[in-house]
Amino acid sequence: MEIPYTVEIRRDTGLNNGKIGIWLFLASEVMLFGALFASYILLRTGAPHWPRGAEHLNVPLATLNTVVLIASSVTMVMAWASLMRHRFGTFRMYMGATILLGGVFLVVKYFEYSAKFEHHLLPSTNNFFAIYFTLTGLHMLHVAGGMAVNAYFWGPGSKLWKTNPAWFANRVEHSGLFWHFVDLVWIFLFPTLYLL
Amino acid sequence: MSDHAAVAAQTSHTAHGAHHEALGFWRAYIFSTDHKVIGIQYGISGLLFLFFGFSLMMLMRWQLAYPETALPLLGKLFGESRMPGGTMLPEFYNELGAMHGTIMVFLGVVPLAVGGFGNFVLPLQIGAPDMAFPKLNMFSYWSFFLGGVTMLASFLVPGGAAQSGWTSYTPLAIIATSGQTWWLIGMVFLITSSLLGAINFITTTIQLRVKGLTFLRFPFFVWAQLVTSFLLLMAFPPLEAAAVMQLMDRVAGSSFFLPTGLVVSGQVAEIAGGGNPLLWQHLFWFLAHPEVYVLILPAMGIVAEVIANNTRKPLWGYRSMVYSLVFLGFMSFIVWAHHMFMTGMGTAMAAFFQTTTMIISIPSVVILTALIISLWGGSIRFNTPMLFALGFLPMFGIGGLTGLPLGFNIADIPLHDTYYVIAHFHYVVAPGTIFALFAGVYYWYPKATGRKMNETLGVIHFVGSFICMNVVFMPMFIIGLAGVSRRLFDGGASYAFAAPVLHWNAVSSWGAWIMAIFQIPFVINFFWSIRKGQKVGDNPWEATTIEWAAPSPPPHGNFAAPPQAHRGPYEYSVPGAAKDFTPQCEA
Repeated sequence: MEIPYTVEIRRDTGLNNGKIGIWLFLASEVMLFGALFASYILLRTGAPHWPRGAEHLNVPLATLNTVVLIASSVTMVMAWASLMRHRFGTFRMYMGATILLGGVFLVVKYFEYSAKFEHHLLPSTNNFFAIYFTLTGLHMLHVAGGMAVNAYFWGPGSKLWKTNPAWFANRVEHSGLFWHFVDLVWIFLFPTLYLL
Repeated sequence: MSDHAAVAAQTSHTAHGAHHEALGFWRAYIFSTDHKVIGIQYGISGLLFLFFGFSLMMLMRWQLAYPETALPLLGKLFGESRMPGGTMLPEFYNELGAMHGTIMVFLGVVPLAVGGFGNFVLPLQIGAPDMAFPKLNMFSYWSFFLGGVTMLASFLVPGGAAQSGWTSYTPLAIIATSGQTWWLIGMVFLITSSLLGAINFITTTIQLRVKGLTFLRFPFFVWAQLVTSFLLLMAFPPLEAAAVMQLMDRVAGSSFFLPTGLVVSGQVAEIAGGGNPLLWQHLFWFLAHPEVYVLILPAMGIVAEVIANNTRKPLWGYRSMVYSLVFLGFMSFIVWAHHMFMTGMGTAMAAFFQTTTMIISIPSVVILTALIISLWGGSIRFNTPMLFALGFLPMFGIGGLTGLPLGFNIADIPLHDTYYVIAHFHYVVAPGTIFALFAGVYYWYPKATGRKMNETLGVIHFVGSFICMNVVFMPMFIIGLAGVSRRLFDGGASYAFAAPVLHWNAVSSWGAWIMAIFQIPFVINFFWSIRKGQKVGDNPWEATTIEWAAPSPPPHGNFAAPPQAHRGPYEYSVPGAAKDFTPQCEA
């Protein structure tokens, strides 16, 4: 049994199933992070004193991480574009780079976290650090999840390229949409937590 | 499964003949990706959890009717830590209360209404071969299953299951025993399950509807599931965020919901403080109010199908009903704080939310009125599904109308913490939604099994349940209007002013226990009819919607050839037509 519109596009909606699915998923993700950002605003406006992020967090490292994530978004697009040009070798190179850059992001974050733990700056210290660890922790889980999916398409999942290249390109595109979203969340997190 | 394995499986099963048995037992019935099998898995799990949640409540009703009295026979089974000598401890009562609500809402009604009926019926009604993402569908069920197991297992941890109510209000929930942590983890599984389901339902509805099935040709049930899915998709993530934050408060020592200077058992708590307990309530009710509509909309969908079919008439005002439904779904996101009038959040907020609450009652009334007017002039067939659907209308009506005083800030204040609220929302959800779900079980049973359920047992089930439901919940209005708090472990026995109405507690309890007896015919009927029920054809109710064009039970892939929709969903008694129903997919 075949599920219709897995690969081909339904004419009246102009979409395939995966594309709608990933956008709906991203909508729910917006609500997830939106709720946390809203909580941040409420806690901060209700607090008599709120620490300034730049005085407690490492802005240069976070700037580096911002650059790393944006670069990984670029390589992600290039990976998909390579598939559209039927260059599988180039796809693997760009996809590999995307995964590596994600790894770099996590390693940098690891050093940031351990520096905080060394200074006994924990979620229990105050609500600034509580929301910092919650938001960045949840974001890191998303980065790790995106890397796992990308690694699957780089490795075992890429078998699909031989049997159904159009479907494989779609799946990489959808994975890319998620990756850009994770990147975008960071673009909001960075000024909110580190600069404001 | 790879092609090779599929071929191997097929050869090993050629003896059985039927092509849909090519999968082994585990893939066909346990880890199935077929929407019908998943629907039945959800449905049966949901029914079991409903029964379990009902049992918890029957225990609570003993304590409320006969406080501080040892429960005969069963009482000793619960051990010295919960019911010493058969008499219930307050902690155990709280455990039962919190878990009754959680299980009924998240593990009973939603899985049955959305997971069960949505999965089984929706793809058939739109003529689809399956859901858009069959594997995701399977993960959705198993995530729900893990959530259920986590919730059940939490009864066994030291200190017992969650005790802070199904709402898990902070700071109480944060200083509670470890059962609360299990509750939060269970909720994360259940939320994940709902998200995967919602994405699947929306995509399936938009993409896999057959040719000719435009949006305004959808059966009302499909519309109800579609709007419900959007509510699940957008409202659950904030609760997930809130659950993560409460988990942080409990495990990592943060103070998201803990205010400065919190005193626990006479001691100032050693916390950073600065948190806001009301934040939890806002995040919780941002989910939980749309959740109320998640509970009621699929029920309305089922009732609409059954009423159109058994009055042999088109639904009156189908379009108005659809527009009301969509408007209702939208509005349900901006009424949540009417659950919080008692928190002192301020009059400006209260004024806003009481206004939106009054507005949202309009589309609900439009839908209910349209369903009632649909009965007018119909030649009604009083079969079991129709009886339950007809039972739904006044019960939901009572539940809805008694909600109006609660929507007004001023009227809510004396009523909010009393039994009146319990009576109000149970009228919506118990004799309302659950009656609709029973109607659905009796209505679509022939599609799932090829056999009808027994009518006599069905009528006994309906009449008994209908009377008992009212005996259970009507007294609560009386108790509530007398001002008895709904959170008392002794049902109000320790308050002198409650004395004139206390005898109603026993009436209500006996209603609940006798209602349990009236569920026995349903259980017998459900299992007996699988093998012995009256054999029927593909369309025993002479219905018009597309699911009845599929064989009963539908094979893997549902339809031999993709059907086409040629007309609207309820073309009953068309003047000049040869028979009194014209199926949607008949050319």
